[in-house]
Amino acid sequence: MNLDFSDDQKFLQEEANKFFTKEDTLKRTRAIMESDEPYDKELWSKVIELGWTAIRIPEEYGGLGLSHLELCVIAEEIGKSLAPIPFSSSVYMYTEALIESGNEALKNSLLPSLADGSAVGTFAAAESLAPVSSENIQTVVTNNAVSGTKIAVPDVEAATHVMVLCKNGNNVELRSVALDASGVSVTLQANIDPSKSFYQIDFNDVESELISEDGWSRWEHLLDQAAVLVAFEQVGGAQASLDMAKAYAMERYAFGRAIGSYQAIKHKLADMYISLTLAKSNCYYGAWALSSGSSELGLAAATARVAATKAFQLCSKENIQTHGGNGFTWEYDCHLFYKRSKVLSLNLGSEAAWKEKLVTNLDKSNSIGSNQ
Amino acid sequence: MDFKDTPEQAQFREKCRSWLEANAELKVGQGRTVEGNLDEYLQKAKAWQKKKYDAGWAMLHWPEEYGGIGASPIERIIWSQEESKFDVPGGVFEIGLGMCGPVMMEYATAEQKKRYLPPMAEGKEIWCQLFSEPSAGSDVAGLRSKAVQDGDEWIINGQKVWTSGAHYSDFGILVVRHDPELEKHKGLTFFFVDMKSPGIEVKPIKQITGSAGSGSGFNEVYFNDVRIPDSQRLGEIGDGWKVAITTLMNERLAVGDARGSDIEDALTWAKEQDFNGEPLIKHGGVREKLADWFIEANGLKYTKFRTISALSRGGTPGPEASITKIVSANKLQSIGNFGIDSADMAGMLRQDSGGDLHAFQMAWLGAPGLRIAGGTDEILRNIIAERVLGLPQDPRADKGLPFKDIPQGSAN
Repeated sequence: MNLDFSDDQKFLQEEANKFFTKEDTLKRTRAIMESDEPYDKELWSKVIELGWTAIRIPEEYGGLGLSHLELCVIAEEIGKSLAPIPFSSSVYMYTEALIESGNEALKNSLLPSLADGSAVGTFAAAESLAPVSSENIQTVVTNNAVSGTKIAVPDVEAATHVMVLCKNGNNVELRSVALDASGVSVTLQANIDPSKSFYQIDFNDVESELISEDGWSRWEHLLDQAAVLVAFEQVGGAQASLDMAKAYAMERYAFGRAIGSYQAIKHKLADMYISLTLAKSNCYYGAWALSSGSSELGLAAATARVAATKAFQLCSKENIQTHGGNGFTWEYDCHLFYKRSKVLSLNLGSEAAWKEKLVTNLDKSNSIGSNQ
Repeated sequence: MDFKDTPEQAQFREKCRSWLEANAELKVGQGRTVEGNLDEYLQKAKAWQKKKYDAGWAMLHWPEEYGGIGASPIERIIWSQEESKFDVPGGVFEIGLGMCGPVMMEYATAEQKKRYLPPMAEGKEIWCQLFSEPSAGSDVAGLRSKAVQDGDEWIINGQKVWTSGAHYSDFGILVVRHDPELEKHKGLTFFFVDMKSPGIEVKPIKQITGSAGSGSGFNEVYFNDVRIPDSQRLGEIGDGWKVAITTLMNERLAVGDARGSDIEDALTWAKEQDFNGEPLIKHGGVREKLADWFIEANGLKYTKFRTISALSRGGTPGPEASITKIVSANKLQSIGNFGIDSADMAGMLRQDSGGDLHAFQMAWLGAPGLRIAGGTDEILRNIIAERVLGLPQDPRADKGLPFKDIPQGSAN
């Protein structure tokens, strides 16, 4: 039994933790929140220098050829620090889509650039208030040219390329579009977490390259993979929120004693710890399924994502509650985590949608989980 | 990251497995040896324990002189994983071997260990734990049973409660108050006692399930001028709390998953049960609940695996296992409630044993007890907050007071 990260992976996590601490990342996040800058360019270039964008890219394409587990530990630290960089859209989504693409020309032209940071990817799926499905996609591709409108596309100002979920006749395809191609127009969309940026993209007969013809099942697989990685970010955020709440509960006195000595606060924090622990263990299950190519990935991803969504939302909202009035001010960092928790709970589809996936997986399988 | 044994662990697992296959039957479904008749069950349990003892499987981690093989924690886990796949009687020795044994090992004299530990391991003698009292539950150090020294003996008077298995136990470990003038924790002393001693009276407690005294049922135990030789004192006079803590620490390790209806049962039931002409599992509200229970059940399963992984590498597990009982007991109550509710009006009717609905009813009736036994939900939250997160203790109204001056409520 070895449900744990290796010593090398733990070392990488410690290094990532030290790096984000040294960079005073929360302060950077706040600065992005309060400015028109869409992301922290300096921090992003340092992350590229550290090689983290190249982790999963095979060596023959200029990458490091490491596993998803290395990404999991980085993700947890990004979650703790709220790093305002376009990591997840480029690394968990666009890069992963290319790594598994059958389009060798596209891989050769872009994977080395994604590894060295000269190319950055993102993904465009949503089109309306209705969850995106294989049925309701309106964006179309004809003769390799994409037309349609996508909303809530993350990190577009950082990106050079976007993966587009579109329809070719009745078939769903994943396509790559260069954002500097003619016919692309981009509009910033205000969102609930100003440390992140989302955009509307209008595609008007834009030249594209095929990533996968088997678009819908590829897309679902990519979402499953990314759900595990984002779940690690959520667990990191939940841990940071719990740590903040704990520190404040020790320092803040009311009625002559630390508020952390009252059971109302203790039990609240214990519930946060319970939720976080369940989420973390479910994430380890997800990490195992992701890194071993298990057929349980669908179930494991949904389980990790729902558990991590619940944990981060609980911990971030109860962190505000523990801080009392201070928690509601702009000055304290509580709201940064509260807002990020909501964005992370939606960026790959809602909690309700993932619960539905979870139960669909349970419903169709005759036995739950295969291990031991 | 994987779930595989190391070659040594695989070899050990194979050894366990082949012995078990030669000596027991594999479980069919949730199958378990009939528990109906207590005497029969005890006999079977003792016979199985003896068989294990003779073959060296009874107390793997104990030293050889008391019947063990000095096994590592991971080997214990492998054994219990394999044993749990077989239809064998369990339960009656858990308190003795899990809590009384470790205390005897630490505090009894060499001769006492030689006398008591092997029969305990062999299943010849069953032990119980006499801590809780009518006025001392979560605040167990507030116990009142009295010990008065009389030459080489102590005279015990008082009442214990919630003593699992007292009605079939041969010995018990006991904490009592030798001096009410001292502070609460300082006036306690620890003994072991022969349960057949004159003056001990055991009365089964009728529980909310309606049953009493079966299996590892609970009892009240009355002490009327019971004499215990001073040689059966464990630890110094006044060290009772320190000794009790050793036991409670072991209890926390021993009290784990709340057994009973779980996510698999809820899922099977939801697929089979009809709701407005459709399988119940199609119902949105039910799907939401199934997702929540799966996250809890799966989270606990992999939390356990993380603990085992740490042990497997010879490390110390983190505090993550502290969430197990609180999560599983509440999940059990919630799943039991769901099962009953989904039978609509028929859910009110008590069912014969064997069926799913009966199991849900038993889960619902039994869960309140599991949310209390071995540390209430509230005490467990305090423990997580204080010991895991490091928050300060509550100020205590009884601090520094002689025990006799501590305020008591009318319900104590």
